[in-house]
Amino acid sequence: MNFLRNAMAIAYKDLRSEVRSKDTINASLSFSLVILLLFSFAFDTDSEQVQEISGGLLWIVFAFASSLILGRSFARELTNDCMDALIASPINPAELFFGKAVANFALLLAVELFCLPVFGIFYNVRWAQQFPVLLVVVMLGTWGMTVIGTLFSAMTVNLRLREIMLPTLVYPFIIPVLLGAVQLSKGLIIGEPVGSDNQIWFRVLVAFDLIFTLLAMAFADIVLVG
Amino acid sequence: MASEVGVAVDAVWKFYGDYPALRDVSFKVNKGACLALLGRNGAGKTTLLRILAGLTRPARGRVTLLGEDARAVETRRRIGVLGHGIGIYDELSAFENLRLFGRLYGMENPAKTAKEWLARTGLDRVQDGLVREFSRGMRQRLAVARAFLHNPALLLLDEPFTALDDRAIAVLQQLLAEARTRGCTIVMSTHQLREALELASDVALINRGRLAFTGERSIEMLQDPGWLYRNYGEA
Repeated sequence: MNFLRNAMAIAYKDLRSEVRSKDTINASLSFSLVILLLFSFAFDTDSEQVQEISGGLLWIVFAFASSLILGRSFARELTNDCMDALIASPINPAELFFGKAVANFALLLAVELFCLPVFGIFYNVRWAQQFPVLLVVVMLGTWGMTVIGTLFSAMTVNLRLREIMLPTLVYPFIIPVLLGAVQLSKGLIIGEPVGSDNQIWFRVLVAFDLIFTLLAMAFADIVLVG
Repeated sequence: MASEVGVAVDAVWKFYGDYPALRDVSFKVNKGACLALLGRNGAGKTTLLRILAGLTRPARGRVTLLGEDARAVETRRRIGVLGHGIGIYDELSAFENLRLFGRLYGMENPAKTAKEWLARTGLDRVQDGLVREFSRGMRQRLAVARAFLHNPALLLLDEPFTALDDRAIAVLQQLLAEARTRGCTIVMSTHQLREALELASDVALINRGRLAFTGERSIEMLQDPGWLYRNYGEA
């Protein structure tokens, strides 16, 4: 209970700060919309080929959006040395990490849910037809990206070039998540159910999320304190 | 007796790259004592306090606080840290900041305690104002409230009087006097020799990462604050 209570206190603090400042969510949302718009200019959105790759396009947008949100996650703790106050407090580093990951997940999911209808309009796809399953895929994929990104956000927070280093380090690690999420999304986004040959990707996403959540929490103390 | 030791630092080394910021530092502070940690800029005072606060680990050696490991959760619940930064969130209100830390310290009623401390530090009238709109003095008083919020048994203060306004100094001095009265152990680094020596029961002088002197504060130190540096400090 203490674990969840402390983690939620951190998540609430991050979300409350973000709701007031809106600096990360505004940047991430506008960046995502610009990429969606640029892709829609670059491709013939009525062609069948584009509809087939639309799942990939969508996750590229989500991955770019995530780097802006994740980059700020631990960087906001640098102001006033808040990170020191948190580490000196009796909160377990795993609780701190989990709370940060939950806040990042909520912010990224909000951006993604805003982007989905826009994507549907620009690319003429029937994303709402399989929405419940698509939402599950989006949530699994987003948690995978978030958990890896939050860990690397903590590792790179004191680097001078952290804005460059974070995506450089995170993207190779989230390739399995992106593969699974793209495979599952490409049918769902055009209104088709997930085929039996793609069911394995659900298991890949769940396994990835579980393994990396546990690994990240196990290494949180080393990453945060050294 | 081990249980009477508030802080025990045993053969601690810390390196930044190849540079040894702390070299084989060992000392003990009894429970209820107040140690003034003195030394010139770059001597290693902040590094030592960061190790004591559990913000970084020593390369070698061992630190115990109140008889427990410095990074143990139960130890951290009993220590209050006031470092160079105020450790307060700009986008939260004064009340939200103190309530957050009250929750993290596992307090029974963090909202009630937060309000009490806002009143004690004279910030009750602006409790719902965002910290980013506060003056420097108000932010510093809030930082002091955060460090003392949970009635810590051990206080680690890194140059606590630096850049404080008059009101914040008065609040901090009163809180430190109260903490000493209730038997709180204090380790405080400072450049303000006279104020520190008046408050301290023990003194440690660090010189280029080495402990040059440790012992009880003597009458010579009070009468002549420069005495310690002349006799044990850098030439």
